[in-house]
Amino acid sequence: MDVSQYLEIFIDETKEHLQTLSDQLMILEQEPENMDTINEIFRAAHSLKGMAGTMGYTRMQRLTHDMENVFQEIRSGNMKVKPELVDVLFRGLDALEGYLNNILESADEGTEDNEDIINTLNSIAENATGKSTASVAPAAKSETEEKPASSAGDSKEKYSSITISDYEKNTFDKAKSEDENIFGITVYLQETCILKAARAFLVFKALEEMGEVIKAVPDVQDIEDEKFDFDFSLVYFTKESMDKVKAAIENVSEVKEAVIGPFNFVYDEPEAEEKEEPEKKDEKKEEKKETHDTAAKAANKPEENKAKTKKTAKPAVGRTVRVDIEKLDVLMNLVSELIIAKNSIVSASSSENADRRDSSFNEQIEYLENVTTNLHESVMKVRMVPIESVVNRFPRMIRDLSKKLGKKMELHMSGEETELDRTVIDEIGDPLQHLLRNSADHGLESNEERIRLGKEEVGNIYLDAYQDGNNVNIEVRDDGAGINIEKVRNKAIEKGTITPEQAENMTDKEIVDLLFRPSFSTAEKITDVSGRGVGLDVVKTKIEGLGGSIECKSVLGEGSSFTIRLPLTLAIIQALMVEVGTEKYAIPLGNIQTIEDVPISDIKYVQTKEVINLRGTVIPLIRLDQLLDVEPTDEQHENLTVVIVKKGDRLAGLVVDDLIGQQEIVIKSIGNYINCSKMIGGATILGDGEIALILEVNALV
Amino acid sequence: MEDINDIQNIEVVSDGKQYIVVSIGTEQYGIDIQYVDNIIRNQRITRIPKAQPYFKGVINLRGEIIPVMSLRLKFGLEPDEFTNATRIIIIKLEPQSAIGIIVDEVREVVTLSEDAIEKPNAADASDTMTQYLSGIGKHGDGLISLLNIATVIVGKEAV
Repeated sequence: MDVSQYLEIFIDETKEHLQTLSDQLMILEQEPENMDTINEIFRAAHSLKGMAGTMGYTRMQRLTHDMENVFQEIRSGNMKVKPELVDVLFRGLDALEGYLNNILESADEGTEDNEDIINTLNSIAENATGKSTASVAPAAKSETEEKPASSAGDSKEKYSSITISDYEKNTFDKAKSEDENIFGITVYLQETCILKAARAFLVFKALEEMGEVIKAVPDVQDIEDEKFDFDFSLVYFTKESMDKVKAAIENVSEVKEAVIGPFNFVYDEPEAEEKEEPEKKDEKKEEKKETHDTAAKAANKPEENKAKTKKTAKPAVGRTVRVDIEKLDVLMNLVSELIIAKNSIVSASSSENADRRDSSFNEQIEYLENVTTNLHESVMKVRMVPIESVVNRFPRMIRDLSKKLGKKMELHMSGEETELDRTVIDEIGDPLQHLLRNSADHGLESNEERIRLGKEEVGNIYLDAYQDGNNVNIEVRDDGAGINIEKVRNKAIEKGTITPEQAENMTDKEIVDLLFRPSFSTAEKITDVSGRGVGLDVVKTKIEGLGGSIECKSVLGEGSSFTIRLPLTLAIIQALMVEVGTEKYAIPLGNIQTIEDVPISDIKYVQTKEVINLRGTVIPLIRLDQLLDVEPTDEQHENLTVVIVKKGDRLAGLVVDDLIGQQEIVIKSIGNYINCSKMIGGATILGDGEIALILEVNALV
Repeated sequence: MEDINDIQNIEVVSDGKQYIVVSIGTEQYGIDIQYVDNIIRNQRITRIPKAQPYFKGVINLRGEIIPVMSLRLKFGLEPDEFTNATRIIIIKLEPQSAIGIIVDEVREVVTLSEDAIEKPNAADASDTMTQYLSGIGKHGDGLISLLNIATVIVGKEAV
């Protein structure tokens, strides 16, 4: 069977199962007796085994098979969960991930057998139970394979048991009057078929080309949801011959057999006497089938469990459609175009010489604005992914780090449901991992040290995500030693990053910011966990590349925290349009604190730099016209228009010539050819077709 | 805006390459037609602060933002004077990244066969200008400097 078409599904589902395994193993390590967890792991391993087997990945199948065996023993109470077992299982999990990565790259699982893991698993199982478990499962498996075959053998013409309600009877009468043939059909799919619903759909499609499917057992909804074994029955009206219909169905791939015959319908009316008999027959058949089923199930519990998870798992998943991210990008671009077009209509309608100023026109424009804003929001939401998909691998990572570093530590996460744009999610994993490793390695003290300092022995690392206005904040915090400012200062001087004189004048905060400079690490010894000097600056570059910012706070002896701020959306933002000279610039609204009118006389000088004292806060002024080389206007104002922007907790005042207004703008890249300075974050097209540049406040302040 | 197709004297000849002949100052330059996406009239250019000096800025071409460079400044000539004949040639080396170059005038499209093209003299290799040229084309009485468009766009400016 060609399975390449299922590869994507296989990869997705495998990822899901591996995540479940990882999560549950973490729980198991804490609560070795938790039966639910053991069952959950068993099911995940079992499903993986089945899937790997179907796809022909025998090594993966073998490994999961042995993991499953071990849990079979635990479930039946023959052995207990021990820490070393969990370790081996984690190694097994890593090996499975390795297979998956190989498959992702080359559609092949690779050649690593992982014999040692399998042997360890088996020896643990053997030691505990005193017998080889390896032979048990295959025997059980062969039994399952027989099951569908033998049940099918009961009666091939399952359609004969379909009953017809009074309402449906009318359609029968009509069909008869139109000389249509009424057939009963039972379609058997191959047991190896993976996409049963899809095959069933193809069968339906083929049939509907020639006639009409009146009734299906199980009903169509259940078939769509794959709630059937390997067969389903239909009542079908057609003018075509029986052979032709049969051929059409069997043309669909993976259909094992189609049993077809004239359908003698049975009314499903309570008063109809004739119904009684077939009904009884039905019941008998049902009973027979059921006893057979229970026998099969009893003989093979795993199978039952698998079925159960399938059934219970399905409704939990919302109705979803998988969409290529590129298609969403196209959609997003179109929405952007629409907003540009809308802006130009708005600007045309509000221009001086517009004579179409009647209220209905304006109403329609407002309506259009509403719709485009909602449309934009909806498309943004489609692109949003919970941050969970990135952070859920961290508990495992911290566990491993804990063992490796010989420190006891715990990761507390909150806000995993916070959503971020897909493109941000894809990029944020590495920086977060970096920060967590930093906290684990440098941040937290050793257990002895902690006890000596009177802290609780187990170190705590926190990962909190939450939404804050148009931003999402992610905070990585630890209750460790904090950053030793003096150590950083000395290191910086030693490395020549700053001169001793500079160091004297730097605030603690500025010193902490030195950590984000390239090749700066205060770790005294380099471990393979962190401290190679390619740390925080890479994190910072990455975050800023995503339009975000990172800040560090630290209290010596109490711990440090890194806060990452990321914009919710990347493509469309609200911005304040300003004029500098004759040029127009956009300042993202999210960066703006207030707008102030400042008399020139209020400007003070600190170290020859212009500052203003705004309600007790000293804020440096940035003359945008000088910074951007704009030709200065001759006009002399008595008051300066100052846009106060913030980056983290730092403020700055941007001096502009004029304010134009707030506008929704679409961020466009100005390409790679121009070596544009970091101050320009992109460009946008205004309503009249003019281009305005977007100021990158993070680079200005 | 005029399209490439609007320019008349296009001869489709199976062998040889087609070049768009433009004039910058007193010289004629040829641009391989396969890289040319569009030829547009001069339009409002938005300046980009702190960019390379030969980049005049960006333009809005049907909703796309396209950087525009001045060949004159790149080649170390006098700054552009914008006239009615000034055109911006939109070049696409890769599908997603277009770039515009400003020329004084677009003259014609010529087809040059292999033997009408002379390779640049290796002895002149020290001259910065030569890195921008892929050869010299002979057409009628005139000579056309054929631009190596990739190096023109990404290469260093002439001093």
